[in-house]
Amino acid sequence: MLRLSVRAADAAARRRLCQRGPRIILQHSRPYTEGNTGGSAAKIVAAGLVSFGGGIGGTVLYAKWDSKFRTTVEKNVPYSDLLFGLALGPATSLDSTPTKKQNTWVECKIEINICCVFIEQCEECHQHSPPETALSSEEPSEPGDVLTAPEEPLKERPAEEVTARIAQQDQADQDTLTFVSDKLEDSLASSATATLQAIAAQEAALQAILQHTQKLKEAMETEVSAEQRSSHWKDLEDAVCARSRNVEEAGAALVQASRASLDSLRAVVESAKDSRVAALRPMVLAAEENLHSMTVDLDRAVDKSVESEAKIVSQYSELVNEAKQQFQRELSSITPEIQANWKGLSGTLSVDDLNALIAHAHRRIDQLNREMAEQRVREQVHIEAALEQQKLEDQKALEKAVSLAVEHNLERARLEQERKQVELREVMEAEMRTQLRRQAAAHTDHLRDVLKVQEQELQAEAEEVLSSKMMEQETRYRQLTQEQLDNFTLDMNAAYARLKGMEEAIDSHVIAEEEARKAHQLWLSVEALGYTLRSSSLDSLTRPLEPAAQAIRESCQDEFAVALAAALPEESLQRGVYSEESLRARFNALRSLARRVALVDESHNSLYQYFLSYLQAALLFEERQEAPPAKISSQDLDPFKILSYASYSLEQGDLELAAKLVNQLRGEARRVVQDWLVEARLTLETKQVVSLLSAYANAVGLGTTQAP
Amino acid sequence: MADASGLKWDRCLADTAVKTVTGLGVGMAFSFLVFKRHTWPASLGAGLGFGMAYSNCQHDRRLPHLLHGHMVKDQQ
Repeated sequence: MLRLSVRAADAAARRRLCQRGPRIILQHSRPYTEGNTGGSAAKIVAAGLVSFGGGIGGTVLYAKWDSKFRTTVEKNVPYSDLLFGLALGPATSLDSTPTKKQNTWVECKIEINICCVFIEQCEECHQHSPPETALSSEEPSEPGDVLTAPEEPLKERPAEEVTARIAQQDQADQDTLTFVSDKLEDSLASSATATLQAIAAQEAALQAILQHTQKLKEAMETEVSAEQRSSHWKDLEDAVCARSRNVEEAGAALVQASRASLDSLRAVVESAKDSRVAALRPMVLAAEENLHSMTVDLDRAVDKSVESEAKIVSQYSELVNEAKQQFQRELSSITPEIQANWKGLSGTLSVDDLNALIAHAHRRIDQLNREMAEQRVREQVHIEAALEQQKLEDQKALEKAVSLAVEHNLERARLEQERKQVELREVMEAEMRTQLRRQAAAHTDHLRDVLKVQEQELQAEAEEVLSSKMMEQETRYRQLTQEQLDNFTLDMNAAYARLKGMEEAIDSHVIAEEEARKAHQLWLSVEALGYTLRSSSLDSLTRPLEPAAQAIRESCQDEFAVALAAALPEESLQRGVYSEESLRARFNALRSLARRVALVDESHNSLYQYFLSYLQAALLFEERQEAPPAKISSQDLDPFKILSYASYSLEQGDLELAAKLVNQLRGEARRVVQDWLVEARLTLETKQVVSLLSAYANAVGLGTTQAP
Repeated sequence: MADASGLKWDRCLADTAVKTVTGLGVGMAFSFLVFKRHTWPASLGAGLGFGMAYSNCQHDRRLPHLLHGHMVKDQQ
């Protein structure tokens, strides 16, 4: 059983070995098939590159879409901003939020519109204000002058300027007055003459018309001889010519001329009304009244009622002429042989002719009777038509007269109103003048009071000034006398002080000499001590300083020196101190030892550490001497550096610095140099005390030395 | 005082030598007598000895204030 199991185990072991074998063989053969491994390596490299490239591309694309991501990547990854700049262009803050951009645009537009609106409104306001200023500038010059200098207080203008200005104004008024009055007079005269002419012409025309009508009536009605008739007719013709001429003269031309002059007069009156000179007003008023009266007369004269009557009369005359001529023609037609003067032919006429004539006359009479009857019938109609016509004409004339009367009344009323206004204005002016006079009186009273008060104030001021000046003078006088007294006392005191000083100086000299001697002694003893310190005898490395210190203690009883002498360390007094050279020599020996145990300290102090420390000392090379820098921190220091600094300082003679540096050693190295350190400290201490003493002695010596 | 380090080293070396050799000897004896002349007891003994010396040395270095006493014969 055991053997079987053992055999099975052996077989299993051998199988495992065999299985391991081909693997081993394969492992050995791997180096011969480097191509496969190379292929898979290439695949891996390719896959890595692809993923890397994909990562970078994805980052760039996302950064293009999201600018915040871009900024974070740029912040965190050093040179990504260059890559992004190359790929996408510079980063702009508006790309990421297009909606916000539009909103800001819209807002900007709205703001601009609002601004424009405001500006327009402001412009309107400004436009309103300039016309106002223009208007205000047209006002009289006195307020304008005051307004142009608002920052200065309102100054009263000097009286000359005011009077000059008033005179100027009066002159201007006078000029305008004369000018306007001249113009008015001229136009008045011209219009008066024209109107009178028109009126005369019109009257002449009227007269002529009347005469003509009368003559016509006469000519119509009287049955006189032919010569008289012809003369009458001649007169009538003359009268007609005269009448026509007169009518033409008094016609439109003259009337229009007078109307034109009246219009010009009216225009002048209007322009004169616009001026502000008060004295013109009565003149203007008078001119207006004249104008009014002239127009009234002119209108009256151009009355056409006479003309209408003349028209009717002329019509009547025409009709009569026509009838007469008709009769003449009939008569001539019936009795053709009887000519114009048929009255002389009564003897030659036969009975037939007479019967024919009588029959004709009867027939004519019948005809005329018939005509008269017809005429009577028509008479009514004609009369009604004529009445109507007359009514119309009367109405027209009435309307015209009424309108004219209304106009004249209006004009009169207006003139009366103007006159009343002028009167009222004068009354008001007088009242204002009295008020102003009263105000002026009040002003003078006020001025008088103010002046009185001012006088009193000024008087008080002047008295105050006077008293102050007097006081000043008195004080000055007193001051001067006091000064004199003070000076005298000062001189006396100075002389006394000098005397005292001289006595003291002599006394102090004596003391100083004594001090000098003592200082000299001290100095000598300190020198002796220093010499002892420096020198060392052949048999021993150190010399005790006791005798020298004793000498110092005896030489002076100065507290400071005694204290310093006591401050010398006991060890140095008894045993003495090592000199610098010996310490230097010893240090060189110690240095190698300290190097060897540099790594060993309280926590690492196994033998293995010792071995490592030895190895380090053997392998590490540092400068033999290195100048220590001005500032050292404890992190910079390692034992080797410390030792090189310390040896440098020792070479330079700076024991103190060397001791300080050596003091920085830690661990086993410190233990090695401990006694050297103690000795160095002792030496330094002694040296310090000695140097203090010598400095003190020098100082005392200097202090007591007197300059030659 | 610097020489104390040197003295310590001297003591260490001496101690190491003595202990190693002694251990080697004891081991050889044991291998000869008990363990059928195998080499391992000898190396074990040497190792033991060296280890003890090493430890002593280290201990000595770590606690330098411990004094080493010497038996001084009474000089009567």
